Amino acid sequence: MTLQDYHVTRSSNAARTAAILGALILIALVAAPWWAGRADMRLMGEIFLYLALASLWNLMAGYAGLVSVGQQAFVGFGGYMLFALTMFAGLHPIAAIGLAGVFGALVSVPVAVLIFRLRGAYFAIGTWVIAEVFRLGFAQISSLGGGSGSSLPVAIVKSLASKRAMRESLSYWLALGAAVTVITAVYLFLRSRKGLALTAIRDNELAARSLGIDIWRTKFTVYVVTSALTAMIGALIFLQKLRISPDAAFSVNDWTAFVIFIVVIGGIGTIEGPIVGTLVFFALRETLADLGTIYLIVLGVVAIVIMLKAPKGIWGLIRARFDLQLFPLGYRVMVPGKTDKS
Amino acid sequence: MPEPILQIQGLNAHYGDFQALYGVDMEVSEGEVLAVIGSNGAGKTTLMRSITGLLSNGPGQIKYHDKDISRLRADEIAIQGLSMVPEGRQLFPSLSVRENLMIGAQVGRKGPWSLESVYKLFPILEERKDQQSTSLSGGQQQMVAIGRALMANPDLILFDEISLGLAPIIIKDIYDALPGIIGEGMSAIIVEQDISKALSVSSRVYCLQEGRVSLEGTSDTVSREDISRAYFGIE
Repeated sequence: MTLQDYHVTRSSNAARTAAILGALILIALVAAPWWAGRADMRLMGEIFLYLALASLWNLMAGYAGLVSVGQQAFVGFGGYMLFALTMFAGLHPIAAIGLAGVFGALVSVPVAVLIFRLRGAYFAIGTWVIAEVFRLGFAQISSLGGGSGSSLPVAIVKSLASKRAMRESLSYWLALGAAVTVITAVYLFLRSRKGLALTAIRDNELAARSLGIDIWRTKFTVYVVTSALTAMIGALIFLQKLRISPDAAFSVNDWTAFVIFIVVIGGIGTIEGPIVGTLVFFALRETLADLGTIYLIVLGVVAIVIMLKAPKGIWGLIRARFDLQLFPLGYRVMVPGKTDKS
Repeated sequence: MPEPILQIQGLNAHYGDFQALYGVDMEVSEGEVLAVIGSNGAGKTTLMRSITGLLSNGPGQIKYHDKDISRLRADEIAIQGLSMVPEGRQLFPSLSVRENLMIGAQVGRKGPWSLESVYKLFPILEERKDQQSTSLSGGQQQMVAIGRALMANPDLILFDEISLGLAPIIIKDIYDALPGIIGEGMSAIIVEQDISKALSVSSRVYCLQEGRVSLEGTSDTVSREDISRAYFGIE
């Protein structure tokens, strides 16, 4: 066997199979309003929104090294923007979701300037403090219901679609679209020039710096884009819930702790990780939710066991065992005679 | 006398309370190859880190193209056209050979160096372009590190411990490639433990000892005695 027999490829059978399978699953999911019940669609919509949140947090923490525990700031901000823009500016809910993203980006700029001065654990705590400031701030706005929150007026809900079935389908499709858009965006970003720089920073910050990569700006870009998209997801979440209050909107448990759980057990720093993590999280939640507090204890135990036994998460285990990569970011050497086992 | 491209005046460097460089003066002219020698801990790598902005300096200590760069960040200095081939190569393990090289081009400077010209200099890298950088041998990794620095099309390139940890035959290959690099009109500073190698490729030599310049001279006239005195500090 000579050296020429080896060849290197970015794609693999597994990635191609995954792409075909993914497309089929996507078609089935888009058609869900015709085959799934109301409760299932609601659950799937929630799954997609969590998947989007987890993918965004993974980009930020797993690739850019920005371990924020305050993304609920932007989830809540986006939710409140949806309410404010539809109720007071008379915008259509979908336009409000888009604008929530724009405002999310704008508000994340001064936040980033402030918290980027902090490192490591201080950064994490700083983001949480900012989120609390957001919560207290929105609780002061009496026209949005103050501390007790408010519901989305019926007229605005109806402006989305007059029939309830259509509304539910639409909000399901929006959630599905959000998840697909976020994962595609993360994937394309990581394959771009900027993504290359981001990976370089993650690998070796010092070397990246001395090669002319502006670390601050790269991380800043990631933070602003992630925050904008998180705000849009937040708007979508509260369009589903139809009711918002400061405690629900800026819940560190719902929008950060669960999201971190998903990313960590799925596999941080991989695109596949959040997908696996979301499925595991919802499987646990749907089977254990009746147990009350025990459910949270189980989540904690699962997180601890995975962190100790498989620090790279479930996807990390699978990848190490089967050399599998569904979103082809890296390269692999093909050995002739051996079939692609993945 | 060609224009000086890099001027260092009274450079001090500290790691916390520990001072590693004491008033170092140094000058590199356009197109010149300078060798910096010295024993372990003499301050060679510290000097490189100061020049490239990885260590913070006092104002006015380092001028590049007559511009004070002592207070600039590392990435701002790199964009000015000053690249380093770092000690221990420092490749990006999750990136392929080609992607590692592409990172070097991020500064977006125009010049003779591109993927094609780097592959022409080191043909093995073209064969291995899609492999992970860490799967290469030490010598090939050093070629990637050199190629990556060249991709920035620098005016001044720093080689820190260019032959450290490499087999002698590989070191010879790397040194054979040097004229092809410097022939492009680039200036270079070569940090090297192997004194005779350093002298053979450079026009001038500086020796560092305990953070001070202990010897400065033209490479073909310095005597062995001078060097060993400057190197070891024994009379």
